[in-house]
Amino acid sequence: MMPPKNNSKSASESAFREEEYLMAADSSLLRTEHISKSYDGRMIIEDISIRLEKGELVSLLGLSGSGKTTLFQVISGLVRPDSGRVMLSGEDITEKPGKVSYMLQKDLLLPHKKIIDNAALPLVIRGAKKADARRTAAPYFAQFGLAGTEYQYPSQLSGGMRQRAALLRTYLGSEGVALLDEPFSALDMITKGQMHDWYLDIMSRIDLSTIFITHDIDEALMLSDRVYIMTGSPGRIDDEIRISVKRNERKDFSLTEEFLEYKKKILNILKQ
Amino acid sequence: MKEKSANITDRLPAAIAILLILLIWHIVTASGAVPAYMLPSPIAVVKAFISDFGNLMHHAVISVQEAIYGLLLGIGIAFLIATIMDRFSLIEKALYPILVISQTIPTIAIAPLLVLWMGFGMAPKITLVVITTFFPIAVGLLDGYKGVDPDCINLLRSMGAGRVQIFRHVKIPAALPYFFSGLKISASYAVVGAVISEWLGGFEGLGVYMTRVKKAYAFDRMFAVIILIIMISLLLMGVVELLKRVFMPWNRKQK
Repeated sequence: MMPPKNNSKSASESAFREEEYLMAADSSLLRTEHISKSYDGRMIIEDISIRLEKGELVSLLGLSGSGKTTLFQVISGLVRPDSGRVMLSGEDITEKPGKVSYMLQKDLLLPHKKIIDNAALPLVIRGAKKADARRTAAPYFAQFGLAGTEYQYPSQLSGGMRQRAALLRTYLGSEGVALLDEPFSALDMITKGQMHDWYLDIMSRIDLSTIFITHDIDEALMLSDRVYIMTGSPGRIDDEIRISVKRNERKDFSLTEEFLEYKKKILNILKQ
Repeated sequence: MKEKSANITDRLPAAIAILLILLIWHIVTASGAVPAYMLPSPIAVVKAFISDFGNLMHHAVISVQEAIYGLLLGIGIAFLIATIMDRFSLIEKALYPILVISQTIPTIAIAPLLVLWMGFGMAPKITLVVITTFFPIAVGLLDGYKGVDPDCINLLRSMGAGRVQIFRHVKIPAALPYFFSGLKISASYAVVGAVISEWLGGFEGLGVYMTRVKKAYAFDRMFAVIILIIMISLLLMGVVELLKRVFMPWNRKQK
């Protein structure tokens, strides 16, 4: 946990209040605190505490069945944890959907809405008028490589473009934090590689901090600042790896010795 | 262009088959193989259609009114029932079997009862049309609601959407294709339903007119009525198809 900055005020408060204050003052943008969840008496995730700093890209790497998706459902407020809580900028958002946006492997674009209306859907859900929502969304189309597709229907777009549209929707729906659940795993390898480059590029230009679920070690290493490794049943966080290469210097990262070192380390943890 | 020519080659066999049937019909009657009082020739039917046109239209307006009122009411009831059933699974479990049973009630058996209960006016006809039309629509809507990807509903929920918003943005649009296939079937039932209920009591309408010309042994007029009913049914189905295109523009623009 990060040491609190400037907590002179809290010195006079009671110990309990002080702890609350320290948590609020924590610089992490998003934190989960000791989250556990079981279904039908079977523990799915146990004591998960992770954090996400502003501007950071963090991966949750784990084998299938380690409860990554359940954790996302808790963070996005869809599912109530048995214990623990989710904090966003010091606010308890446990069981409060609409705060953190969520994207899946399936683009889930609504077939009956034009791309611009799909992208702007979260704004409409929050009560914006359709025309205003469109006006907010329109400037991002070029940045997301979607210029010209505004008034097309999802069925007219390619897989990669649909994922980009879904990411734009996620971005517009977020208040700075997005959860991406294997967003690129349904794409073919070449499209996936292109999407990775594009993704790193777009992330450097927009203000979005993301947690990224993947079971692909290369993908996790390519895209993230830190990698949480989740294993077991129930799922637990086993280790945390910080990647020292900067995100904007990763062009040929996957071909370096360093990359292989990281990969070995992760494989060893996963084997245990 | 390509689509158009494909359409013509698709429809050509049907057009030829219909022409062939008409030709055989004509030959059989013109040659005297079947006496004219049993089966009028197609030309006699067309003549009857033209000479009787005013009368036919007068009665057709009544029947079409009954069919459309019944259909609209059927749509409303279907929408209400399907929506409530989707929202409350207990009600779905309770009502679904009753819905299915309601479809096994023979129309002809219930029509005289409706006339007994509601008199000779439009009410029993409209009721019968409602009974025959709402089921395909209700089942279609319900299937459509249920067919929505749960992940899609979760996505909307994660955006903070409430039940009504999920309904409006996801469930209703997803149910539209099912709704229109149901409506198309219902539209063809509607006119026939109205006519059948008119057979069993009433003062106006194509069904009433049919029983009259039947009693007069005017088979050419009888056939003219039948052809008119077919035309009206086709027209209604066409209107449904048109509405589908208007309300589901995304369906036309496939890649």
